[in-house]
Amino acid sequence: MTGGYDDELSRPLEGALEASTSEGPTSPAVGRDEWVARHGDNRTGRTGRLGVIEARLRVVPWWAWLTTFVALFCLVPVASDSGYVRRVAFDIAIYMLLALGLNVVVGWGGLLDLGYIAFFGVGAYAYAFLSSEQFGVHLPTVVSIPLVVVIGAIVGFLVGLPSRRLTGDYLAIVTLFFLQLFLTVTTNGDDLFGRNVTGGSNGILNIDSLSIFGRELAVSKEGGLFNPAYMYVVLAVFVVVYVALRFVNLSRTGRAWRSLREDPLAAEVMGMPVNSLKLMSFAFGAAIAALSGTFVTALSASVFPLSFSFAILIIIYTMVILGGAGSQPGVVLGAVLIGILLELLRDPGDSRVLFYAAIVVGVIAVFRFSVKLAVVVGGTFLFGLVVHAIAGAVDNAWVNGSGGEGGGVADFAANWVIVPVDLASWIPPVSYISLIALALLLTLVHGWVRIGLLIPVLYVAAFVWENVMIAQPEPTRFIILGLILIALMIFRPTGLLGEKRVEII
Amino acid sequence: MDTFIQLTLNGLTLGSVYALIALGYSLVYGILKLLNFAHGDVFMVGTFIGFGAIQLLGGTVNPIVPVWALLVLITLAAMAGCACLGVVIERFAYRPLRDAPRIAPLISALGVSFFIAYSMQLLFGAEPKNYDTFSLNGGALYTDGFDIGNVRVPMIRIITIVSAFVMMFFLWLLVTRTRVGKAMRATSHDREAAAMMGIDIDKVIVFAFVLGSALAGAAGVLFALRIPTFATIGFLIGLKGFTAAVIGGIGSIPGAMAGGLVLGFAESYAQGYISTRWSDLLVFVLLILFLVFRPQGIFGKADIRKV
Repeated sequence: MTGGYDDELSRPLEGALEASTSEGPTSPAVGRDEWVARHGDNRTGRTGRLGVIEARLRVVPWWAWLTTFVALFCLVPVASDSGYVRRVAFDIAIYMLLALGLNVVVGWGGLLDLGYIAFFGVGAYAYAFLSSEQFGVHLPTVVSIPLVVVIGAIVGFLVGLPSRRLTGDYLAIVTLFFLQLFLTVTTNGDDLFGRNVTGGSNGILNIDSLSIFGRELAVSKEGGLFNPAYMYVVLAVFVVVYVALRFVNLSRTGRAWRSLREDPLAAEVMGMPVNSLKLMSFAFGAAIAALSGTFVTALSASVFPLSFSFAILIIIYTMVILGGAGSQPGVVLGAVLIGILLELLRDPGDSRVLFYAAIVVGVIAVFRFSVKLAVVVGGTFLFGLVVHAIAGAVDNAWVNGSGGEGGGVADFAANWVIVPVDLASWIPPVSYISLIALALLLTLVHGWVRIGLLIPVLYVAAFVWENVMIAQPEPTRFIILGLILIALMIFRPTGLLGEKRVEII
Repeated sequence: MDTFIQLTLNGLTLGSVYALIALGYSLVYGILKLLNFAHGDVFMVGTFIGFGAIQLLGGTVNPIVPVWALLVLITLAAMAGCACLGVVIERFAYRPLRDAPRIAPLISALGVSFFIAYSMQLLFGAEPKNYDTFSLNGGALYTDGFDIGNVRVPMIRIITIVSAFVMMFFLWLLVTRTRVGKAMRATSHDREAAAMMGIDIDKVIVFAFVLGSALAGAAGVLFALRIPTFATIGFLIGLKGFTAAVIGGIGSIPGAMAGGLVLGFAESYAQGYISTRWSDLLVFVLLILFLVFRPQGIFGKADIRKV
């Protein structure tokens, strides 16, 4: 799924048109032809064994990637009969679908749509209206789902309408307000001109499950376990949407979107119908979001306003940006990674292991295998042991508070990080804020000073993680998402799989 | 009539706070053309600093300083803290992205907003924080004041409105009458030309962030004097502050004031005469109307693009 890198190399001109499928880095290569730029990239690319592997991987066609990925995904319920794992797999499949839809608006259209999650909600509520006792309507799934998709597209079109006169930032604020409006209407919709429409904050309950060709898909199988059939349905829809969007992207419309994103003014001057293109990308995204909403509603058999908060929007945005806005395989990868990350952070043990693993991997990625790496790892290790020993010698209560889950890592942490028995109320704010200050300072110094500073920073980070963050997974998840967004924008705006942007003068 | 006066008073209080927030958006937008999503969260941090400062000064039941000094001190603390926060945000989250595509700093701003809001929740919990100004001087702030007809105008509202307008007046003086204000206006007019004329753009931008964030901090304290605050309040308040800036004409200082007041009145009357549940809806409709029919706002100049 490398976005068709393969066939473009043999067709340089067309490849050049397609190349710019991502947000640009801070300083794009200026003044060169895109094909030349890419050619340069190829020459400066990796050599040796890694380079060979990379080149080989690039030759694998996109459909092979897609098939492998979906096949592996299908094996999840087979490999594990835990209801939790299946539910997470379902959620991740929904995230993948949502990320694909947001990619159309943000990645291809270049529009900052902050109301995206409201369309997800519109789909969820539309499905609820069409298949519950709320209005006494029970449409069969084959009718209701296309209907919901059309409704989503229409709502997207309507919300996009003011964007005809608005540019970037205003559009962001209008869509953000639309999300707020959606939440207001659904939360207060139990008294809409005296009628109960949306059920208010109690939501709508007892919504029909999906029924395909007269066969109802029970939500839970024997023993109340989650029915993996729902995951397969979402995966099938995912494949259809993925392939359809890929063709849209390669079509005239896709090219027009990208030119619109790169330079709306130039696109307009070239005679492109800028407004209808914007509206179309909006409607596409909204339709996909609405489609995803139906499955979530059908599976949980209920719908509540709070499921469509700003927080979910940020999750989807992080997925798209991390994977690489504009790259379909990228956003799917982003959805899987963030989905798994959010789940791991829920559990103290997993979260602990994840933290130390991330530090080790991060340090290795930055320093490679060099003397500096040895200094940092050894220095941090010794630093921790010394601090721990001193604190333990002064007062044993300072270091005896640990004893969490996480196997060997937890045992190690218990003998390395200070975890007081009683955490005084001033410790979390002071340690957290000094961690931020130290980390910011780290970006200002260079050379050996930076390495010297890195050691206490890592230790304070471990202290904060063990003492403050592990116990509160909910804010921690969102703090990490926020950090990922900032760091990506600064250090790697193209995300994991996005391609470099070249500015042509 | 009494209801009307009460609602007008309410709108004025609300509007003056919105105006202070809108000024922060306007200052930054005027110079950087950046919609600073994190501004609402700077406001939230201001409310929290004020809360912390009250606790440090002995709480509202038995403060260790006189009431007026308490109010001044917590406002100054919030302004100073927020100004520092604003500088840090600019330096580390926006400056590296100054030449990036338009969408990049916006996404970074979203990240900053989320990071700040949930950091506060992590450290201080999600439950609302109440300043409990009712205990100050045995409720004097609520009982003192003067009457218009049958409506009591309590001291606490007078303090909010007057201090907001005093701050706006000083800001206006600063921008129109001083050298640094001139540099700011020049930069917002044409950044490159200003740089060529020897204006230090970095300094001007930092100064705009200092001013805007300090005003947000003050707005935070003034707001939280009457209304409990919580870690994720910045999102909605920031949204309204930005709406006020757009209505007034983004980048214009009198515009931000006017926009804030218009929004405050609209919201207050909508709450009083229509329904408290639907007042947000009216704000949204107002925003859409302005964006579609008068995108440059009340005081803004029409944006002419040269290619």
